[in-house]
Amino acid sequence: MLDDFLLRATLAGIGVALAAAPLGCFVVWRRMAYFGDATSHAAILGVALSLALSMSVFTGALAVALIMALTVSALSGRGYAMDTLLGVMAHSALAIGLVAVSFLQGVRIDLMGYLFGDILAVSKSDLAVIWTGAGLVILFMLWRWSALLTATLNVDLAMASGIDPKREQLILTLCLAVVVAVAIKVVGVLLIVALLIIPAAAARPLARTPESMAMIAAAIGGLSAILGLRMSLIYDTPAGPSIVCVAAGLFAFSLIVGRLRVPSV
Amino acid sequence: MSLLSTQNMSVSLGGHVALRNVDFAISAGEIVTVVGPNGSGKSTLLKALIGAVRASEGKVTRKPGLRIGYVPQRLHIDPTLPLTVRRFLSLPHKRAEDDIAFALARVGASDLDDKQMYSLSGGQFQRVLLARALLEKPEILILDEPTTGLDQPGSAALYSLIEDLRRETGAAVLMVSHELHVVMSASDRVVCLNGHVCCHGAPDIVASAPEYRALFGTGTHGALALYRHDHDHSHEVDDHEGCTHA
Repeated sequence: MLDDFLLRATLAGIGVALAAAPLGCFVVWRRMAYFGDATSHAAILGVALSLALSMSVFTGALAVALIMALTVSALSGRGYAMDTLLGVMAHSALAIGLVAVSFLQGVRIDLMGYLFGDILAVSKSDLAVIWTGAGLVILFMLWRWSALLTATLNVDLAMASGIDPKREQLILTLCLAVVVAVAIKVVGVLLIVALLIIPAAAARPLARTPESMAMIAAAIGGLSAILGLRMSLIYDTPAGPSIVCVAAGLFAFSLIVGRLRVPSV
Repeated sequence: MSLLSTQNMSVSLGGHVALRNVDFAISAGEIVTVVGPNGSGKSTLLKALIGAVRASEGKVTRKPGLRIGYVPQRLHIDPTLPLTVRRFLSLPHKRAEDDIAFALARVGASDLDDKQMYSLSGGQFQRVLLARALLEKPEILILDEPTTGLDQPGSAALYSLIEDLRRETGAAVLMVSHELHVVMSASDRVVCLNGHVCCHGAPDIVASAPEYRALFGTGTHGALALYRHDHDHSHEVDDHEGCTHA
């Protein structure tokens, strides 16, 4: 039944959307959008390395995303001007990755496929990797949910409850690297952060608790994947950007609905 | 036996020594208040006691299994995070509905349970924080400037609530405060801090200590010091250099 490329693409999109939703909520609550950019843009360097060393793109991207995420996470505690530093690192990583790709001789690679995703080319083994990664992230999120939420609220409050905020931060960092690595095929390195942030932001006006926000974000992300792929098929538009366009449309819609309703106080 | 104590504890924060050689202890049922100028290490002392910052020298001793109800100084809740009061009270540990209702009722905030945290006023917020601390069934309440941002009647009400809770639950209370007149009337002991313990003891003893007057009394001509000591014509102290440097 997985022989249909559209079905594989849809399942891939939904898998990534489900994992990105709860993680995206933390990215929004903790104001980590730039952090996500730096991590995902670095992944293109991982792609170049994987192709040069003939290993799987997933492994290379995961390794480089992880190194970038850990570096940024370590620097963030030391009083640097983080937005500037992250901006420098995100774009340098992207540029270095693009230059590195150009050095690859004899390999003809579809750069656009890595920058904007190539969801319609998802194979069965890609699907297995995506769902394994997404499943792991979702399990981690469920397991650490209360601790992550408390650490996000206030560091001292977490410490007083015996929660180590540094460990929770590390868990988020690891999950982020995994989501980046599995999402490259779906939306590409340039749009991964969109898939994290837009569904979470769209869920915000409709939610009254953190849990409902994560679940609504998952629904919006999944819906965006399904509708985006349809749109891509009907209008012959690029699939990854189409998914993000639908998510953006749902975000605008949710803002309007949120405004029309009585403020949720 | 004391609930919490420090032995010759020093704390460094980012290379700067925030606390030096602090010996401190609090026993069951006591109300102890920490006073001191800004940057004197008051919050750092509380954070070291709850384990949020590590002692660089000396040590912190906690009664095994001690239940601490902690009320942080500032808690900014980002508006992007939807959070009802009820959900907040169940973080990180799930609490029974009845316990939540009881704790909210006890702090006079029953009507708030369905409200969003970011929509609360300063006084409501402090009461909710206090309710959360009560849900720990604490043996000690640790409060970092609980009346920050409250007006005079609001802070008076909060202090009398804290005192009632102490009487009912028998929990010790350790708090940082700026409101010296309240501190002096309500505390069993006062610790005056300025990077180290300047002086400590019963309120009236501390109030007349030269170190205390050096920090609060002479510089402001008594405006901050205890009014009932204004007639104490002690000499302008000059032997307390230990207290004037950070």
